[in-house]
Amino acid sequence: MNSTKVLDVKGMSCPMPIVRTKKEMDTLSSGDILEVHATDQGALADMPAWANAAGHTIIKQKEDAEVLTFFIQKG
Amino acid sequence: MTMMKMTAAQVARKVIDNQPLFILDVRNHDAYEDWKIEGHNFEYLNIPYFELLDGVDNVLSKLPIDQDVLVVCAKEGSSIMVAEMIAEAGRNVFYLEGGMKSWSSYLEPIKVGDLRGGGELYQFVRLGKGCLSYMIISEGEAAIIDAVRFTDVFRNFAIEKNVDIKHVFDTHLHADHISGGRLIAEATGATYYLPQKDAEEVVFDYTAIEDALTVKIGAAQINVSALYSPGHTIGSTSFIIDGKYLLSGDILFIDSIGRPDLAGLAEDWVGDLRETLNIRYRELTEELIVLPSHFMNIDELNADGTIAKRLGHLFAENHGLNIESEEAFRHTVTDNLPPQPNAYQQIRQVNMGKISPNFDEQTEMEIGPNRCAVR
Repeated sequence: MNSTKVLDVKGMSCPMPIVRTKKEMDTLSSGDILEVHATDQGALADMPAWANAAGHTIIKQKEDAEVLTFFIQKG
Repeated sequence: MTMMKMTAAQVARKVIDNQPLFILDVRNHDAYEDWKIEGHNFEYLNIPYFELLDGVDNVLSKLPIDQDVLVVCAKEGSSIMVAEMIAEAGRNVFYLEGGMKSWSSYLEPIKVGDLRGGGELYQFVRLGKGCLSYMIISEGEAAIIDAVRFTDVFRNFAIEKNVDIKHVFDTHLHADHISGGRLIAEATGATYYLPQKDAEEVVFDYTAIEDALTVKIGAAQINVSALYSPGHTIGSTSFIIDGKYLLSGDILFIDSIGRPDLAGLAEDWVGDLRETLNIRYRELTEELIVLPSHFMNIDELNADGTIAKRLGHLFAENHGLNIESEEAFRHTVTDNLPPQPNAYQQIRQVNMGKISPNFDEQTEMEIGPNRCAVR
């Protein structure tokens, strides 16, 4: 998958993963894909809920050795 | 204006005293719908923190100015962020220290009553999770029943009361929360008792609870007597304390009865559950005060915060004790069951000693309500 940008928020706890993701997303253009790496388990529910509320689409997500990876397409 | 912290203990006091509180819950909608802080005079507004990243202007008008506003999130971080924004906008606001994680773990010890011949019975109310634990103390000795995993609370309470913990019981192998019983026993040298039929897979030493086993507490010889009462699990055991209190475990609650499916054998145990409720319990005196190991709803709290009712009252009022036909009973306790408690299979493994998650993992497993009842 071609990510426009990669954001590492590993080790950060709520609310920082979403705060940083939003900030990064604000710099991208519609259709761009942001790849986010997080370790806060709260992101599992909150990242999709935030993306949905903000009009973005999570096109893929995976969990690997406690790292959550989200590919979020800007709406 | 200022942001202040409110502790889980302060929130518990507001629940028990029926004080008003306005809760701005900033967790996501699913988490809020699943489980929140319940209070008779609490008002709620649920707006996820991630919808407030650009500011709280739209929220301010919805917050009352004449009562305390408490911002709540899962662990505290997001509630501090939102509360800071509200304070900067000129309002006084509280955040919940430690978030729902701390609410889930807070225990309020409340005295249920005095025992004949000297001694006291305490109920430890875990408001956030609906778990109830008990401590019987008499003349320097204590017994604990259904301790939750915050072992310090029980040990510190025993120190404060100047008593030695001698006996630790679990009424059954719990599936909704992690027991603190074994750790308390290990740390204090107390005897740890489990019903043998629930303990076939446990990997540690314990003392088996036999039907009618009686243990005496203190010089006054307060009786703690086991009554085999299967149905929630095959080994489920109740305790009669001092001939006055019936600790009903997860068999009988104030406004509901235990579910028989959490150890995977609902069909097999329906008959046991019905027999316990309709025969074994019916043989007891109606004057016994029922003290369950859970509550489901804050409507079950008495004015002093305890969860306790006369057995006779429950025979008259509890729906589960008033189902005439066996077929209807079977239907109630095997069909339309509520969702199972979070991570209940893992929790059973922990209580068997098969896995040893760390503190944070245990907290994660215990998120959400207990869900041990059917109504």
